Amino acid sequence: MENFTPFASTIGGLLIGLAVAAMLLFSGRITGISGIYRGALTGDGGEGGWRFAFVGGLVVGGLLLALLYPGAFALPEGAPFDTGRSVAAVGVAGLLVGFGTRLGSGCTSGHGICGISRFSQRSIIATVTFMATGAVTVFLFNHVL
Amino acid sequence: MRHTIVAFLSGLLFAIGLGISGMTNPSKVIGFLDFAGSWDPSLAFVMGGALLVNVIAFRLIMRRRSPLFAPSFSLPTRNDIDAPLVGGAALFGIGWGLGGFCPGPGLASAATLHVMPLVFVGAMTVGMLVYGLVMDRRAAASSPPGAVS
Repeated sequence: MENFTPFASTIGGLLIGLAVAAMLLFSGRITGISGIYRGALTGDGGEGGWRFAFVGGLVVGGLLLALLYPGAFALPEGAPFDTGRSVAAVGVAGLLVGFGTRLGSGCTSGHGICGISRFSQRSIIATVTFMATGAVTVFLFNHVL
Repeated sequence: MRHTIVAFLSGLLFAIGLGISGMTNPSKVIGFLDFAGSWDPSLAFVMGGALLVNVIAFRLIMRRRSPLFAPSFSLPTRNDIDAPLVGGAALFGIGWGLGGFCPGPGLASAATLHVMPLVFVGAMTVGMLVYGLVMDRRAAASSPPGAVS
C-alpha cells in the first residue's frame, strides 16, 4: 500500500462525478466514454457534434495534465506508463477493451459510475464482472506467468 | 452549440478528475486490481467519490421533467442480463488488467503522445471497428434473402 492516495483519489472521483452529473443535468445524457468514443469514431457526433466535443475535452484535459501535472502518468519513483507490461501486451489490451466495451455496452464510466448510480442491474453485473476478470488477469500476469 | 460546450467542458473536467485521482496512471490501476500483491485501494476512493456525487445528483436531476438544454432525458432502458453483457464486460476486464487503461484514461493519456497510450487507443479503435464489422456481417447473414436493409 506504499502508493495509497485516498485524498487525491477522492477529490479526483468527486470531479469525475461532477462532470457526469453536468452531462445529465444539461444534456440529459449518460457519460459512457466507450459509447461516446464509438459514436465519434463512426461519425455520429450527435446534436452539435457533442461526442466530438467530449472526446476533444478529454484530450485537451490530458494535454493540460501533461503540461501542469506530469505526475498524473507515473508513480513517484517511476517513468510514465511504466507498468512492466510490453507494448504488444498493451496492444492486445486495447483490442480487448475496444471489442469488449462494445459487446458489453459500456466501460468503467458508463457501467461503473452512471449505471451503478442508477442502481441498474445490468451495470452492477457488468462492473462486478470486469473487476473480477481484471483482478484475475493481474494475478496471472503479476504472480503466475 | 450549448450541447457542444457542455460536452467539451465535461470532457475537460472528467480528464482533470482522472489525472488527479490516479486513473491515468496504469501502474495504480494494476495496483488496485492486484489483491495478491501490495494492493493499492486508491481507485476504490475514485469510484466512491464519483458515486457519492451521482447517487444523489441522479435522483435530484431526475425529479425534473427534462434536462436544462434538451427536451428529454436519454437513458438506457434495458434491464436484462444477457451473454453479450457478461462476455463483453469479461473481455473488457481482461484488457483493463492487462494494459492498465480503460477508455477514458486511455484517450486523456494519448495527449502525452507517449507510445503506450497511443498503442492502446489505436488498438481500442481497431477493436471497436472489428466489433462493428462482425455485427454487420451477422445482421446481413440473419436477414432473409432479398430483404431490404
